[in-house]
Amino acid sequence: MLTLATITLILVMLMAIARAILGPTIYDRILAVNMFGTKTVLLIAVLGFLSGRPEFLDIALVYALINFISIIGVLRFFEYRSAASKKEYSS
Amino acid sequence: METLTYLLSQLLLLAGSFLIFSGALGLLRFPDFFTRVHAAGVTDTLAATFIILGLMLIAGWGLVQAKLIMIFLFLMITSPTACHALAKSALHGQLKPEDERPDQDSRAP
Amino acid sequence: MSLFLDFSLLLMLIIIAFAIARTRDLFAAVMFSGIYGLLSASFFILSDAVDVAFTEAAVGAGIFPILMLVVLSFVGRYERSERRLKPVPLLIALGCGAVLFVAFQQMPAFGSPDGPSHQHVGPRYIEESPSEIGIPNMVTSVLASYRGFDTLGEVVVIFTAAIGVFALLLGATGWSGHYLPLKPSSMSSHKILRIVGKMLIPLILLFGLYVQFHGEYGPGGGFQAGVIFAAGIILYTMLFGMQRAQRVIPLQALRLLTALGVLIYGSVGIVSILSGGNFLDYSALLPDDIAGQHVGIILIELGVGITVAASMTLIFFAFTLASISAGESDK
Repeated sequence: MLTLATITLILVMLMAIARAILGPTIYDRILAVNMFGTKTVLLIAVLGFLSGRPEFLDIALVYALINFISIIGVLRFFEYRSAASKKEYSS
Repeated sequence: METLTYLLSQLLLLAGSFLIFSGALGLLRFPDFFTRVHAAGVTDTLAATFIILGLMLIAGWGLVQAKLIMIFLFLMITSPTACHALAKSALHGQLKPEDERPDQDSRAP
Repeated sequence: MSLFLDFSLLLMLIIIAFAIARTRDLFAAVMFSGIYGLLSASFFILSDAVDVAFTEAAVGAGIFPILMLVVLSFVGRYERSERRLKPVPLLIALGCGAVLFVAFQQMPAFGSPDGPSHQHVGPRYIEESPSEIGIPNMVTSVLASYRGFDTLGEVVVIFTAAIGVFALLLGATGWSGHYLPLKPSSMSSHKILRIVGKMLIPLILLFGLYVQFHGEYGPGGGFQAGVIFAAGIILYTMLFGMQRAQRVIPLQALRLLTALGVLIYGSVGIVSILSGGNFLDYSALLPDDIAGQHVGIILIELGVGITVAASMTLIFFAFTLASISAGESDK
């Protein structure tokens, strides 16, 4: 079942990339990156169990943290820009 | 007892895999940004819960389980917050949900 | 299984690389770079390079998109140049690629025992590190002790980058350390984010400390810890505004801390010389060799962590303050 979870995670990451490339608005892309980040966290955790090395979990924790911070950062900057000059930056 | 935890963990991993797959399918096929946020956000959190719980059952007591609990708590707090921030920022950026756009035909309720 | 994982991750890397190159929307390119950083980190984990994956995740998927977005607030969102096909650079790139392709056919296979990385100093470090240095994480022992000089160079590079950014953005106008006035913040509509941030930021800083001091026993160390620390402070700045962040960490303190880390690192080397050894020879610090190595590694990791955290925060603050004074608007 761990291998099934790994394969599903890789498939979902591919689909998230597809949405990131397709997504008409920038928010779709941000959503895809967020989803990609949480899937990477799960992939690291599952891979750690598959290969029997539990120290990967530190890295999974860092990824979860960094993903959250970068999403908040992106949104704050984007909100600042779209409040400042809406004419130049179409969403 | 051993096989019960093993079976439960396999079931949880299977449920988690199904949830992330359906969430990603929603991400691709839903028509509008806000519906996609709903699909991605809800399934993300729940699927992460199931998969991490499944891994915790495999791991047994110890430091590994403690770290998994921390990852689980962190994802539970930050994943919905990120989706909230995303939807709120999209609203502030004047992105309209699909049925409020003026060029859509209004359907009879 | 591992073949499938390698293949799919590399395929995704190629797709994302094409997407970064082809898009004209720089915001989208920054998003794609975030995905690229996460993919590279996953790939490093598949190659069993755990410390590198750690650093790649923290820097490539966390700090780098945020810093690039601050730059974009200066530069503008869309790429302005024309798209023309340039034949000469294309030919040069293809030529170099072909030469590399021919060259690596003659190298030993990936991971084979008679490759150059397994022949010279590699086995010596692996065999001698437990007895000479005695910490479980060999990556840290190589990074901090056997190749301590290289790490000193890396820290100085980060320090120089921070100085450069600071001088270019704030030095000419002479920021002179005055505080921005505390305006009533427009961030009160972000209550949920603020509450969650208040819960998380202390934990993030604590986790940074854990990574710093756990670097000898597991993946981690000074660089990763510094980046995590900086990420926590940047999160605080984003959620609560620049004015309050400047009161928490004044710019003068940041300048001091950036230099302090490099100073600590260099001082350890000088103390080693004064105690009779070579530069950065930690065995000379204490009468017992192994204890001296441990003390030396802890001190230089501390220096690295302080400099990296202060530099990343300084770069972020410099860009933000410069964009505030350029735009004259509240952030």
